[in-house]
Amino acid sequence: MHYTFDIEEGNFTNAGQASGNIKKTLKQLNVNPASIKRIVVALYEAEINAVAHAYGGKIDVDIDSDKITMVVADRGPGIPNIDLAMTEGYSTASKEVREMGFGAGMGLPNIKSNTDQLDIQTQLGVGTTITMTVFF
Amino acid sequence: MTLKEIIEKLDLTVYNDVNGDTEISSAYASDLLSDVMGNAKSGQLWITMQTHKNVAAIAALKDVPAIILVKNNAPDEDMLAFAKDEDIAVLSSKQASFEVCGKLYELIK
Repeated sequence: MHYTFDIEEGNFTNAGQASGNIKKTLKQLNVNPASIKRIVVALYEAEINAVAHAYGGKIDVDIDSDKITMVVADRGPGIPNIDLAMTEGYSTASKEVREMGFGAGMGLPNIKSNTDQLDIQTQLGVGTTITMTVFF
Repeated sequence: MTLKEIIEKLDLTVYNDVNGDTEISSAYASDLLSDVMGNAKSGQLWITMQTHKNVAAIAALKDVPAIILVKNNAPDEDMLAFAKDEDIAVLSSKQASFEVCGKLYELIK
């Protein structure tokens, strides 16, 4: 099964929509609750990253019998230093984003610990594509 | 302890229809949303001063049945609407996080 969601730059109001939809779908498919919990955390964090840091983007989700693959592709600006971005506590979030309680530098570490496979491709000025896989 | 008892004992304001029979045995206090995403457990009550819609969205994703807003904070309109749709109780205390956490810990530890 394939699902697509759009991400709008700076629109926190709709953030969580994709993760909410996917959670409901996985529940209907009787995927085990432990896997659903991990998937939801990873997808939500990736969604928020694209809203807070990027110029919007797109989410593609594929659900197979044994795994889910979630690809979050944004339209830039790209991550200058991935190692730094993966460091817990490091954040480039704006003051406004931090005041909402985001931008604690925990998003990417949360994604890493809640996925079985994580691939991050980034190009400055072009964008970042995060591919996350979780096996059921 | 049931949510109804917690509401009474902590003298909480109730913003929406609440399933008072919900059993609460633990809570998580944080204003950092990724901290809650990463570390809160399903069934825990969430104590925070954040009042925007993402709070309700995270509560729904994490199966958090109730949120206590501290320092008399009221939920934003869209937070409350989202919480209603997802059957998440939105509560508020006049007191700050320290007092709310301390009292709740004494009640359910």
